[in-house]
Amino acid sequence: MSQVEQKEVDRSGMQVSDEVAIEIRNMNKWYGDFHVLKDINVTVNRGERIVVCGPSGSGKSTLIRCINRLEQHQKGDIIVDGTELSSDLKNIDKIRSEVGMVFQHFNLFPHLTILENCTLAPIWVRKTPKKEAEEIAMHFLEKVKIPEQALKYPGQLSGGQQQRVAIARSLCMKPRIMLFDEPTSALDPEMIAEVLDTMIELAQEGMTMIVVTHEMGFARKVANRVIFMDQGQIVEQNEPEAFFNNPKSERTQLFLSQILGH
Amino acid sequence: MSDHSYVRTEMLSEQPAPLGETGVLKWMRENLFSSILNSIITVVSVIGILFVLALLLPWMFQPSWASGSLRQCLDDPNINGACWGVVRDRVNQLMYGFYPREEQWRPTLAFFLMLVAVAPVLFDKLPRKMIWFSAIYPFLGVWLLWGGSIWGPAMVVAGFVIGYFVFKVLHEIAGSLTGMIVAVLVTILWWMYGAGLAASGLNGIVPLGIEAVPSSVFGGFMLSMTIGISGIALSLPIGIMLALGRQSDMFIIKTLSVGYIELIRGVPLITLLFVASVLLNFFLPPGTSFDLILRVIIMVTLFAAAYMAEVIRGGLAALPKGQYEAADALGLDYWKSMRLIIMPQALKISIPGIVGSFIGLFKDTTLVSVIGLLDPVGLIVTIQGSTDWNGIVWELFLFVAMLFWVFCFSMSRYSMYLERKLQTSH
Ligand SMILES: Nc1ncnc2c1ncn2[C@@H]1O[C@H](COP(=O)(O)OP(=O)(O)OP(=O)(O)O)[C@@H](O)[C@H]1O
Ligand SMILES: [Mg+2]
Repeated sequence: MSQVEQKEVDRSGMQVSDEVAIEIRNMNKWYGDFHVLKDINVTVNRGERIVVCGPSGSGKSTLIRCINRLEQHQKGDIIVDGTELSSDLKNIDKIRSEVGMVFQHFNLFPHLTILENCTLAPIWVRKTPKKEAEEIAMHFLEKVKIPEQALKYPGQLSGGQQQRVAIARSLCMKPRIMLFDEPTSALDPEMIAEVLDTMIELAQEGMTMIVVTHEMGFARKVANRVIFMDQGQIVEQNEPEAFFNNPKSERTQLFLSQILGH
Repeated sequence: MSDHSYVRTEMLSEQPAPLGETGVLKWMRENLFSSILNSIITVVSVIGILFVLALLLPWMFQPSWASGSLRQCLDDPNINGACWGVVRDRVNQLMYGFYPREEQWRPTLAFFLMLVAVAPVLFDKLPRKMIWFSAIYPFLGVWLLWGGSIWGPAMVVAGFVIGYFVFKVLHEIAGSLTGMIVAVLVTILWWMYGAGLAASGLNGIVPLGIEAVPSSVFGGFMLSMTIGISGIALSLPIGIMLALGRQSDMFIIKTLSVGYIELIRGVPLITLLFVASVLLNFFLPPGTSFDLILRVIIMVTLFAAAYMAEVIRGGLAALPKGQYEAADALGLDYWKSMRLIIMPQALKISIPGIVGSFIGLFKDTTLVSVIGLLDPVGLIVTIQGSTDWNGIVWELFLFVAMLFWVFCFSMSRYSMYLERKLQTSH
């Protein structure tokens, strides 16, 4: 956290447009009898950086996993880039190829080299010629500062490096939206900064991002909105300044005091 | 690093270890006599091994290679043990059954070509173009073994080519699903009605062929290889499909897969072989006959596929859920994510089990002797019944066991090589 706060973040590239990137209306989801997500309403404009936080089990992962259909919602609407998520497989594939996702445990493909991890989806989904896909992959590997590891296997890299590869792998699909599910919480402290730096750079270039994280330093510097969830509901959402300095609800205050307290 | 004034830039080469720390003695001290218990075990084992060898070796090394019958061995005062003449006398039969002598180069050639065909599958360093030979080998191999006009297998291959072009044309006009269905239908119709006519027609114009050899003279190790290799090559893809079917969300497919796997696994292979030899003809329209070896290959394949499916399911279950999710999140569809992400990893995890099934299948081919096919074990019984070799037992079984062992051991070594090679985390 501290490393992030030391750096100045250049917000000039972070413009929010009026165009809607994601719209979630009255969305509900159940696991059996368990009501995980209750009446979720969120609109994300293009270029917004949204941080989602909340206690464990509050449904943060489930929420962002609904956006690319890793989980299926039962009620309400989710519209991504103008395409409504329904059980139509064509729509799902279209949305997935435009929404990148970074997982807590990286989920790189261990049987493929770093380069192959990055070129696989462009080649097989976007039908990019192999040579071009490799150029794109090297471009993004340079961006996340590990081009020299391209021919290694994921198992030979550190956690921080693996997570940066995972980011590069998503970027190779040229997504318009990026989802991050606790990208730094499986990492050792000294590796968190390198991953957050990569994410800050991405934000500075105007990527639309939804980030589930407890890195409040990142939220303060980069986010333009923080969403607080508890028990499947959105309890509060506000600009970071207001959110951290005057949280309105008691639950938010309690959560913030716990997470910032020590 | 920059604040060190001196950093060694080259690694020192390893120094030889001090005397007394090298060689056989050190190894023995560490591995055979490291404790009292270990020493006792070592001594007892060595005594046991020597005892067995003392019995076995004198029996094995006998000047009996030339003898022409068991009688000769028994009467010869110099021979006091194994009568190897039987192997010399019958080795041809044990290898080829009653396959005509002057045509035996064909199975031999088919065997070596098979090695060439599997090489690019087994070793990825070989040129990828060799895969084309692997693709036509099944037809070439069948033609070499059974012979006949070359136009028969050629017209079967032509079916694939026709199907491919039908698909290519329709896929543009009518979409890939329609294209696929029509292509499969056209191919099947061609095989049922067109291929036979075309083959005999072409044979009338250009008679190209080798002498046909009927299944009834197939036998020996060649028969085991034919059934075993076909079973291995066919059961893996079917097993993969069954394993995927068992995992499927689609109720019908899942139920059919589970039902099939559980049914087959609950039935002994012998009963399936009897079904192959007796019942299958009963179900076929009268007048058609269906080659017995082909029927056996089908049964052995169906049997092995059920086991293969379970082995692969184990591999699938061992994969973390994150791999499926990452593939989905990148927009790969079901078949692509299975082919590119899931199966390569699941198969890698299952290599020991898969090779175990292969070895089991290969050895199970000896069961066909029960339905009257003359595999090596079936031939042993025949040879024992002949006047010259009536009463001989061990020599034949040892020889046949050795043949099987060479193949099974090679497969086992290959699987270990493959596991080491695919190890990507360090
Ligand atoms: N597949 C599932 N089946 C049943 N319940 C589930 C399933 N996945 C998640 N849950 C439940 O849904 C709730 C929300 O889970 P979710 O993973 O979204 O929480 P989270 O806010 O991401 O928590 P964390 O901070 O621990 O990651 C939890 O109570 C969890 O137990
Ligand atoms: Mg979570």
